[in-house]
This record gives sequence, C-alpha cells and structure tokens, in this order.
Amino acid sequence: MAALQGSTLDAINSNQEQLLEQWIASLEANGATRNLKEQVLKQETREFLQLLSEGLQSGSGNSLAGAGWDAVRRFLEKLSSTRAQLGHDSHQTVYFIFALKGPLFALLQAHYRDDPATLAEQLWLISELLDSMGMHTIRTYQASRETVIRRQQEELLELSTPVVKLWDGVLALPLIGTLDSQRSQTVMESLLQRIVDTGSEIAIIDITGVPTVDTLVAQHLLKTVTAIRLMGADCIISGIRPQIAQTIVHLGLDLGTLTTKANLSDALKLALTRVGGDLGQRV
Amino acid sequence: MNVRDSGSLPVRIEQDVVLARQLARKLAGECGMRLVDLTKLVTAVSELARNTVVYGGGGDMDWQILDNYGRTGLRLLFRDEGPGIPDINLALTDGWTSGGGLGLGLTGARRLVDEFELDTAPGQGTRVTITRWA
Amino acid sequence: MERIPILQMGEFLLVTIQVDMHDQLALTLQEDLTERISRISARGVLIDISALDMVDSFIGRMIASISGLSRILDAETMVVGMQPAVAITLVELGLTLPGVSTALNVERGMQVLRQRLERT
Repeated sequence: MAALQGSTLDAINSNQEQLLEQWIASLEANGATRNLKEQVLKQETREFLQLLSEGLQSGSGNSLAGAGWDAVRRFLEKLSSTRAQLGHDSHQTVYFIFALKGPLFALLQAHYRDDPATLAEQLWLISELLDSMGMHTIRTYQASRETVIRRQQEELLELSTPVVKLWDGVLALPLIGTLDSQRSQTVMESLLQRIVDTGSEIAIIDITGVPTVDTLVAQHLLKTVTAIRLMGADCIISGIRPQIAQTIVHLGLDLGTLTTKANLSDALKLALTRVGGDLGQRV
Repeated sequence: MNVRDSGSLPVRIEQDVVLARQLARKLAGECGMRLVDLTKLVTAVSELARNTVVYGGGGDMDWQILDNYGRTGLRLLFRDEGPGIPDINLALTDGWTSGGGLGLGLTGARRLVDEFELDTAPGQGTRVTITRWA
Repeated sequence: MERIPILQMGEFLLVTIQVDMHDQLALTLQEDLTERISRISARGVLIDISALDMVDSFIGRMIASISGLSRILDAETMVVGMQPAVAITLVELGLTLPGVSTALNVERGMQVLRQRLERT
C-alpha cells in the first residue's frame, strides 16, 4: 500500500503561509466564516495545519483511527461542538476541512509537476485522509447537536410538568397543552415521586388546558390514577371536557374507581373534606 | 450495532430467579437506565426467568449490552429445552396460563420491554428475547 | 429455614419485607401470616413494601391472596409504602390489585386501620 511521502509533507510545511491564505479565502467565499472573528479563524487554520503536519510526520498512515491522529481528532471534535454552538449548519462546519482540498491539491500539482504517477497516488491518499476527517467532523457535529436537542427536550418536559402543593397533603398538576405519550409518562413519574416526597394523600390532575386526549393518553391518565392508588394516595381528575369524556368512555374503561370533578376548585373542595378524614383507599 | 459486553447465567432452580433479577439490575444500571425503566426490565426478567424454571424445566439467561450509535441497551435471551408452547397466540393472551399463575408472565413481560421475541414449538424448547433501551 | 419476621402490635400484625424474595419465601410468609392472624385473632395486617424495588406477578398474587385470606379471617390488610417505579410497573404488567387496601406509609396505614376498627 502506498504511503504519503515525505516529499508531500515537505511541500506542505514549506508552503504553509500560501496554503493558509488560499484556505481562508476559500472558507470566506463559501460563507463558512459566519460569526467567526478573523483572529480566531487564523488561529484555528494555523493550528490545524500544524496538527496535520505532525500527524503526517508521525507515520500513522492515512487512517484517522491511528494513534498519531489523536490530536487532529480532538481538534475536530472541539471544532464541531463550537460550530454547533455558534449555530453553524453541518455544511458550514464540514467545509472547514473541504475548503483545504483546493489549495492543497494545487500545491501538490505544482510540486509533482514532473511525476504524474506519484501525483495521482499522493492526491488520492491525501483526499482519502481529508474525507475521513470531514466524516469525523460531521459525526461529532451531529452528536453534539443531538445532545443539545435532547437537553432542550428534557428541560421542556420538566417545565411542562409543574406539580404544585395546594394544601398540606394535597398536590395539584395543572396540565396545559397537548399531551403526547412521552409527556404523559414524564408527568406521571414526576407526580408519583412528588407524592412520596411530600407524603401527600391526594393528587389533583387538572386537564382543563388539554385540548384533546387520544386513546393512548387517556390510557396513560387512567394508569396514573391506578398507580397513585397502589401507592396509597388518591387521585381526582378535574376539568374533563365532553370530547375527552367520550374518548374515555369509548375505551370501555372502568370508571367506577375514577373520581372526577368539573373544575379545579370543586376538586380542591373535595380534597379538603377528605384530608383529615378516613384516607385509606380501596383500589 | 455493537455488542459491548456479554455473558450467561444458568437459570435452573427457583433461587436462580433471584440471581437473574439481581444480575439484570446490575447490568441495567451499567447501561445508565432510569429507575422506572430499570424496574420494568427487572420485573420482566423475574417473570421470564420463573417461566424458564417452572415451565421450561430450567435453562439459561444470555445477556448482551448493546451500543447502537450512542444508545445503550440490554438484550436478554431466556432459553430452555422444555416442552415448548403449542399455541403462541394463546400464550400471548392476557390471563391464559398453563400452570397455576395469573397468566401475566409472557404478556406482562412483553409490555414491560421495548422489543420482545418469542421462538418456540412443541418439543423444541422456548427462546424469549427481550431488549430495553436506556 | 429462612423466614420473614412478623411483628405483633396489639391486635395488629406488621410485616416489613426487606429482602429480595424468592417464591418459596413468599409462600411461607403467606402461610405464617394466615396462621398468626387466626391464632391471635388479629384485626389488621400491615405489609410494608417500601424496601421492595420490584413486585412481579408472583409477589403481587401473594399480596392479593393475603388480603383476601385475612378478610375471611376478619382482619383488614393494608399494603403500605409502594415505590412509584414499582407502582408504574405493576400497572403496566396488568396487576392492579383490586380489593387490596393501600396507604402511603406504616403510620398512615395504622391510622386508617384504627379508624376503620372504630367504625365497626
């Protein structure tokens, strides 16, 4: 298997300034420098070229998995996550690598002017190397974007499940907006945990602000009620709209054990008469 | 999809059901599973391991920790050389039981995991594979 | 033989399950408990499962049986302290323990048992 030659490395090292200039020009022409300070970009390109040269020198071959490319991989990972935070899209991010191809190929073309066979071989190898660097960049970029999205989703779910203490021993969960399966699950879990933490006997789930409830969500609500009873507390559902009532009835679920009230204040009234009375629940 | 780690545990006698639960709990913890998911998985393991002992006459639990593009999961295979199940559809009906149980073992376990696969035939033993992602 | 201890508090019995139970242990507990209820004419039984991190269909069935048996023997059974994750799993499993009384903790369970006794 052919390897990148020392001559190629020499060509890169002795033409650094020229490469950097052309590289930055190419980056600017393609909008990959958005929101980036000129100073930062200069520093990044210089650092990368230095790491590339060191990587080539280490003789780890042109597979990015080699130990000699550790520094390059780390640099690219850092680059992708800062780009993701700056709001660059995947194209702009990966272009950092691909924009180097043009100037580098031109340089090698001049360098191996008299040896077309070596030129083709070296071009192919350096091209493969840059491609795998691009792939690595895109992969880590994707992963950091996904981390951001996942964190936002979790934050959003937490925000949308505000369990409040209405009275000593009475918790309320006012639900607003569409309930999907995942959200109802998060809601259920955080409500159950708060019941244990606060030792509350009664939980009121108010669904006045929920426009529609599909079969899955209705089932989730009923499961929540059952789970609360198993734990030894009681649950009141308030603010059920007529359409939602129809969904629940259509499910053919046993409503004998379900306590419902028209609105939150009626539910609270009932809860207050129960607190202090006989609170043992028969499931 | 990569297998990060794997192993096997004999499930021969009743006490092994407890060991299977404990191992599943430890492995699910290593996968970083949330408490509710972990509890569901361990409960499913309890049901299936008991089936292996009671109906399969003993068998093994093979486990694998999976890595699917950054997502970790636990896959468990319960296998025995017992009489097998003649009617799979019936066995996956709530309330059906061949022994004295509640008939919630197989169907219940299926509801507690993300992936469920049942492979059995009369005289061919039973293999149940379950997977839960963290 | 391994056994789960049963504590007597007046006319009540208290069982705290703290070990990962195998099936035989659960069956032994069921037998011991029914025997004790009958022997001391207990009026109430508290089963504290707050330390249990899992309840499968077998343990669930045991709980339901104890509850039913004790009722026949004129004692009320209260299952107390079920963990949220356990409750969610039981519901998903399809085991909703109809007819079994529950309370948040031992103290509340005892209170409820006393109130019910006063009424009768």
